[in-house]
Amino acid sequence: MTEVEETLKQLQSQKGMQVPLVVNTEGIPTTTQDTTTTDNPTTTQDASLMYSFILKVRSTIHDTDPQNDLIFLQIRSKKNEIMVAPDKDYFLIVIQNPTEQAALSAPGVVP
Amino acid sequence: MASRAARKRDEDSVTEVGEGTDEWAQSKATVRPPDQLELTDAELKEEFTRILTANNPHAPQNIVRYSFKEGTYKLIGFVNQLAVHYSQVGNLIPKDSDEGRRQHYRNELVAGSQESAKVVVSEPDLLEEEEGPKEAEAETGSQTDVPAAEAAEKVTEEELITPKQPKEQKLTNQFNFSERASQTFNNPLRDRECQMEPPPRTNFSATANQWEIYDAYVEELEKQEKTKEKEKTKTPVAKKMGKMAMRKTTFLESQSDDITKVTQAAKIIERMVNQNTYDDIAQDFKYYEDAADEYRDQEGTLLPLWKFQNDKAKRLAVTALCWNPKYKDLFAVGHGSYDFMKQSRGMLLLYSMKNPSFPEYIFSSDSGIMCLDMHVDHPYLVVVGHYDGNVAIYNLKKPHFQPAFRSSAKSGKHTDPVWQVKWQKDDMDNNLNFFSVSSDGRIVSWTLVKSELVHTDVIKLKVEGSTMEGLDGLQLHTVGCGTAFDFHKEIDYMFLVGTEEGKIYKCSKSYSSQFLDTYDAHNMAVDAVSWNPYHTKVFMSCSSDWTVKIWDHTIKTPMFIYDLNSAVGDVAWAPYSSTVFAAVTTDGKTHIFDLSINKYEAICNQPVVAKKKNKITHVQFNPIHPIIIVGDDRGHVTCLKLSPNLRKMPKEKKGQEVQKGPAVEIAKLDKLLNLDSSQPASQPRRSPEAPAHTEGTLWKPWQACVSLCIQAMYLRVPPSVGLSPAQVCLFVSYSVSPFAFPDVCLCLCIPPCLLAVSVCVPISECLSIFCVSLSPSLSLCISLHQSLCLTPCLWVYGSLLFLPVFLHGCVSLCPCGRLSLPSPWGLCRCLRLFCVSLCVCLAARRLCLCVGLSLYLRLWVSGSQSPCLWG
Repeated sequence: MTEVEETLKQLQSQKGMQVPLVVNTEGIPTTTQDTTTTDNPTTTQDASLMYSFILKVRSTIHDTDPQNDLIFLQIRSKKNEIMVAPDKDYFLIVIQNPTEQAALSAPGVVP
Repeated sequence: MASRAARKRDEDSVTEVGEGTDEWAQSKATVRPPDQLELTDAELKEEFTRILTANNPHAPQNIVRYSFKEGTYKLIGFVNQLAVHYSQVGNLIPKDSDEGRRQHYRNELVAGSQESAKVVVSEPDLLEEEEGPKEAEAETGSQTDVPAAEAAEKVTEEELITPKQPKEQKLTNQFNFSERASQTFNNPLRDRECQMEPPPRTNFSATANQWEIYDAYVEELEKQEKTKEKEKTKTPVAKKMGKMAMRKTTFLESQSDDITKVTQAAKIIERMVNQNTYDDIAQDFKYYEDAADEYRDQEGTLLPLWKFQNDKAKRLAVTALCWNPKYKDLFAVGHGSYDFMKQSRGMLLLYSMKNPSFPEYIFSSDSGIMCLDMHVDHPYLVVVGHYDGNVAIYNLKKPHFQPAFRSSAKSGKHTDPVWQVKWQKDDMDNNLNFFSVSSDGRIVSWTLVKSELVHTDVIKLKVEGSTMEGLDGLQLHTVGCGTAFDFHKEIDYMFLVGTEEGKIYKCSKSYSSQFLDTYDAHNMAVDAVSWNPYHTKVFMSCSSDWTVKIWDHTIKTPMFIYDLNSAVGDVAWAPYSSTVFAAVTTDGKTHIFDLSINKYEAICNQPVVAKKKNKITHVQFNPIHPIIIVGDDRGHVTCLKLSPNLRKMPKEKKGQEVQKGPAVEIAKLDKLLNLDSSQPASQPRRSPEAPAHTEGTLWKPWQACVSLCIQAMYLRVPPSVGLSPAQVCLFVSYSVSPFAFPDVCLCLCIPPCLLAVSVCVPISECLSIFCVSLSPSLSLCISLHQSLCLTPCLWVYGSLLFLPVFLHGCVSLCPCGRLSLPSPWGLCRCLRLFCVSLCVCLAARRLCLCVGLSLYLRLWVSGSQSPCLWG
């Protein structure tokens, strides 16, 4: 339990990360932490929008090959990047803004 | 009958009398009706007795009733003899009955009024009748009937009233029937409603896709399999503990929290997020190949990629690095401290390249970790050696924070820090087995027998020739301190041990007291020994005495020696080539050598860590990716990518197949070694006081190179044509060539110019001694290089198109008998070069500016590039 919490904390400490969101099978965000996940109105909206989209993607993949399944979904938009890791009973949705300066800049060739 | 007959007679008689009075009187003849019986006289005189009874002749006498008592019909004895001849229901009530009395009473009342009414009625009638004789009768009537009149008046007054009374009274009906209806009070109606909460409703919708059906089937299958497994595990009785564990696990599974369900997804997300954050680095890692390497002639660079660090391990130095043999992106970092005074805890961190920001596994220990190794067959087992002499095995599959197995003082731990551990093949009983070496001089083999570590001393290192006479004539051996060891890849029993005294012992696992061989390797402690991954005879050692040495284990002296100008922390062979290895030094530099390209110098020499006081402690090559990890003593691990030059494979010749594989590598190295073995490798390549190597090159045949040289001269006498003998000139030259860095040369020509002294700064180490001017336009200069190379140089002065031009050609002669590169640029190269340079001088007064182009030509193609051992 603590391991997972630590993992989630590390996730949050990355640059440009927002609070990770866990959405259950009905599209309702569940509180994963003590933070005000569901208080924020945009998150519930995000969750419900993403939910229907994820289901669509999943069904697309399944339809083409029933033995195939969706492991990871990544949507890169202008402003941020939405990543979804689905599992049996829930989805974990994470929004990151990676264009914020990362800790390590791209190194050039060190002469 | 008789009575009737009698009555008839009477009637007849009566009638006769009645009717026939006239006839009676007339005749006595009896008139007989025609139907009269004709009886005889006797019969007529017969007396019939008649009894008069009260019996009713019509009463039935044969009424039969069923008697239940007897069960038969019985005649009723008594029969009602009453005969009713006439009945009429009347309404006469006896006077004395209740009703009669009541009525009587009522009648009296009515009668009283009625009488008075009658009287009144009669009286008005009377009055009316007596209208005529009103007065009189009125008077009389009034007199007599005063009371009556009064009564009549009263009555008249009551006339109106009383007729009503009888009328009202008359309303009472005969049957005393009164209808009395009453209505009950209607209760007020009130509506009361109650509504329950409607049951919660949800909309449910689903689509039955093919895959949903498939998923459902798969789940069902899994469940069935699980139940089957459970049945199987329940059958063995001896595995009771297993059952308990199973129950516990299932219990835990069912109890799993929401948070733990997120584990898997969280890990995936974490990795993806990290990939985004370090996106550019990931791209570099995968795709970036340094294009500049083409221009760089065999040199390479190291591109820094990720930097792994963890707050918990910040103060601890990296003491060990190891790549996981199975998962090529996972590596283990051991943290501890090399400082004897500052010993604190230790940490074992395992990082994955996919997640640079946080380690995958963290283990903490009380004592610093000095070394670690991962098992090849069981990549989840990590053996670790501690500073306090303990060894421990961590099992990554069971992420406890404690090691799975640990040695202790009882089980024979070392008394000094364990400097190296290595896994061996499983022994005959399939037990895990590893070796450890420590400064207490013992090399111990540990075996994991039934979850306990059992140790066996393999060898005790003794320092040869240092036996001391102790008490009672005992021979005391000073114990050597082992600091590094490595096992041979193929010959299982053979291994090498490096010690603190600088010696390397070749030992066998079977001989515990004797060494197979001893090498006097270094002056200081041996930090690392390593067998070549391809060539079975070659190994390498490094030491704090600034050197790296490459040996053939059959030869007592090293094949190659490299001086790296500061203490070497670690060396590692590259897994892709038998001739490439890396060495890291305490001044923060990483050196990569490729013996097939350049035997003497590193093809890459790069400071890797930022701060200068940071020492690099370890280096490891990744088995498949072209990257190395470097650990320093601040607890950081930096990952660097090797540029293409550093990982060159032998070029395929046209028409020949490219042979890949270890055979090629071995052959390559063999070639190198054979060439070496022809020359006595006695002297070190460079003495320790000499400055570091310049980057040299090995030229290919017929390569030409152009260098630019700018010289400024101050002439005491303005030049005419050339440099006259009596000349003092000062020139500063700045030359740039692809293979040498700019150097400044100061030359002083002193007349009579038999002697010209030039001192070159800073690095060229050229010392010109001789300058002979043969003619005003010709001068010969011989300079002696510090490396004892003689460089005769011919200077020709002329003029071209009114510009003073001087041409100088020189050929360098090396004491090794071969021609070499002219001196001002670096060391003797024995490259058999011929140099022609053309210089144009622009003189103004005493200042002369020369711009020169030098052309270096490689004249002869040499068969083999054997090294020059001079200089």
